[in-house]
Amino acid sequence: MAKAPKQNAEDYLRMYRQMVRIRTFEDNANQLYLSAKMPGLTHMYSGEEAVAVGICEALRVTDKVTSTHRGHGHCVAKGADFKAMFCELLGKEEGYCRGKGGSMHIADQSNGNLGANAIVGGSMGIATGAAFSAKLLGKDDVTVCFFGDGATAQGLWYEVMNMAALWKLPVIYACENNGYSEYTRTEEIAAGSITARAEAFGIEAHQVDGQDVLAVNALTDGLVARARKGEGPFFIELKTYRYHGHHVGDINREYYRSKDEEKDWKENRDPIVRFRGWLVSEGVASEDEIEAMNAEIKEDASAAVQYALAAKYPDVSEVDMHVFTDVEHALA
Amino acid sequence: MREITLSQAVNEALAEEMRRDETVFIIGEDVAEAGTPFKVLSGLVEEFGTSRVVDTPIAEPGFMGIAVGAAMTGTRPVVDLMFGDFIYLVMDQLCNQAAKTHYMSGGKLSVPLVLRTNLGATRRSAAQHSQSLHALVAHIPGLKVALPSSAYEAKGLMKTAIRDNNPVVIFEDKLMYQDKAPVPEEEYLIPFGVANVLREGADITLIGTSSMVQVCAKAADILAAEGISAEVIDPRTIVPLDEAALLASARKTSRVIVVDEGHQSFGVTAEIASRINEKAFYHLDAPVLRMGAMDVPVPFSPALEDITVPTPEGVAENARKLVRGELIHAA
Ligand SMILES: Cc1ncc(C[n+]2csc(CCOP(=O)(O)OP(=O)(O)O)c2C)c(N)n1
Ligand SMILES: [Mg+2]
Repeated sequence: MAKAPKQNAEDYLRMYRQMVRIRTFEDNANQLYLSAKMPGLTHMYSGEEAVAVGICEALRVTDKVTSTHRGHGHCVAKGADFKAMFCELLGKEEGYCRGKGGSMHIADQSNGNLGANAIVGGSMGIATGAAFSAKLLGKDDVTVCFFGDGATAQGLWYEVMNMAALWKLPVIYACENNGYSEYTRTEEIAAGSITARAEAFGIEAHQVDGQDVLAVNALTDGLVARARKGEGPFFIELKTYRYHGHHVGDINREYYRSKDEEKDWKENRDPIVRFRGWLVSEGVASEDEIEAMNAEIKEDASAAVQYALAAKYPDVSEVDMHVFTDVEHALA
Repeated sequence: MREITLSQAVNEALAEEMRRDETVFIIGEDVAEAGTPFKVLSGLVEEFGTSRVVDTPIAEPGFMGIAVGAAMTGTRPVVDLMFGDFIYLVMDQLCNQAAKTHYMSGGKLSVPLVLRTNLGATRRSAAQHSQSLHALVAHIPGLKVALPSSAYEAKGLMKTAIRDNNPVVIFEDKLMYQDKAPVPEEEYLIPFGVANVLREGADITLIGTSSMVQVCAKAADILAAEGISAEVIDPRTIVPLDEAALLASARKTSRVIVVDEGHQSFGVTAEIASRINEKAFYHLDAPVLRMGAMDVPVPFSPALEDITVPTPEGVAENARKLVRGELIHAA
């Protein structure tokens, strides 16, 4: 499926790097939570890296994505920087949102990430609207709307898919089906087939192995190119798995999923291990080169964490700033 | 000066702003060829085409969400919500998304959209087509709320709303669509947060919003005939609120009635009354009185509906009592 591995080595190594960056970011975020250094909770993307990376590597900087409560992966994959992300997670002034959004609202305007969203399904309208404005303004930008299997139960999706299909909007709805919404199995909340729901609106729907970054990327590449030409919208269901609990505090999970199941996904279907094996066997990179890359990313992440821990909180005077665009202090 | 209806005034405001700025577009149900059930938008699709006057399916949360995303990415949507009562359907997109995006992103993203809808009872439309729900959105930080009280106001406030970089909700009084008022041919804008003193007075201040501005003006006529001089003020926007103008009038007349068509409890009248109590207490000769719509769902029967909203006679009656000192409830 992947063409000419060696000629495209740079692209493949970047994909690998981005997946490892996500995993490493999450490991650090988890540690920050466990050591009580992070305010609040956060939702880990670990296990789902091939989804965000496979898709975002098919996008340009000016293309938009909307993200979810489990959004660190989308943010990294769309080009975000560790320091500003960790600062945001810790509520620091140098965070992407000056500490006002936190993990569940990270937005990175400069890379076209319109923001994570703490309302399940809440960004489906926003993504469709971003595609609408691209069309109105005559730009060929594409928007990818990330959401979970749980979000497919929200009525908003059906409303906006209808309009996106009627108006041929350049939007790709990407359902990260990790098998659970919180503590409930997808089978219990989704009747019938999820792809058939998109097809009911005349939207071309695809299923892909979300643990296979090359498959995800190849599929998305084609759909993005077609969406740019006005052939959208599209729907992709990506079968994947989250390694951690629903959030970092969800430790005892056996009442809703077995340890065996978790073990099977981690040991036999890990997207990073799989891709690494492929890179080595195709001669794109050596084990040593990969180890070096991993180590460098680890270093980067620890340095960013240290930086964020030492960074300052926003001044309390910021509390009533950014309520309105044209009023410096809303309560002054 | 020429006189035009409120409906024509809104139409002109939209047409002028759409000519001025290609990123402005209208989205909603039956906005194009039909020009909305109230015919406010007639003629716009002929000039601007269906790409900028966009008919949607009946999917309020959907097209509201699309407008939020469009606003975040370089366009200026004017969302047409056919009845104010349908605002409940768009609450997540309006209050969780649009209102908070600028703040949550630390000022990086903004949502320059206008949600135009309406308010007002006594059209015999019963409980789901008659509500005045502006207090609901005024409660949410990040939303501006404009309440035009005439054709002149509707045009000037709409143009300002479209140019504003924040989400603005503008409620038109649907009973006023055919009411005419002098509207200059020349372009004008009405800034937000600047109250309009319609009539100066010495004995009592009547603060009215939207549909209730006319009610207050008529009450002032009744009172004038009895020798009571009432000042009538229209805040024009409740977010931002021209608190200084309202306080100045309260200090001057020392008696205030606040009249608004939203339900009285937990509403606009309560908020304004409370600010006056907090900041002008020692200037007052009587408690600030609230007059909102009755705290009941709007009934269909004319016999019932008409008694649920403040009337000029009712306002005048309360004003008389305040002036005579009859409404001071010493325990
Ligand atoms: C409207 C809404 N309802 C409920 C919640 C609580 N909640 C947060 S995440 C979640 C599960 C979402 O599942 P899914 O869409 O599959 O995403 P995943 O967490 O699996 O990535 C729920 C129910 C919420 N945040 N918003
Ligand atoms: Mg899920």
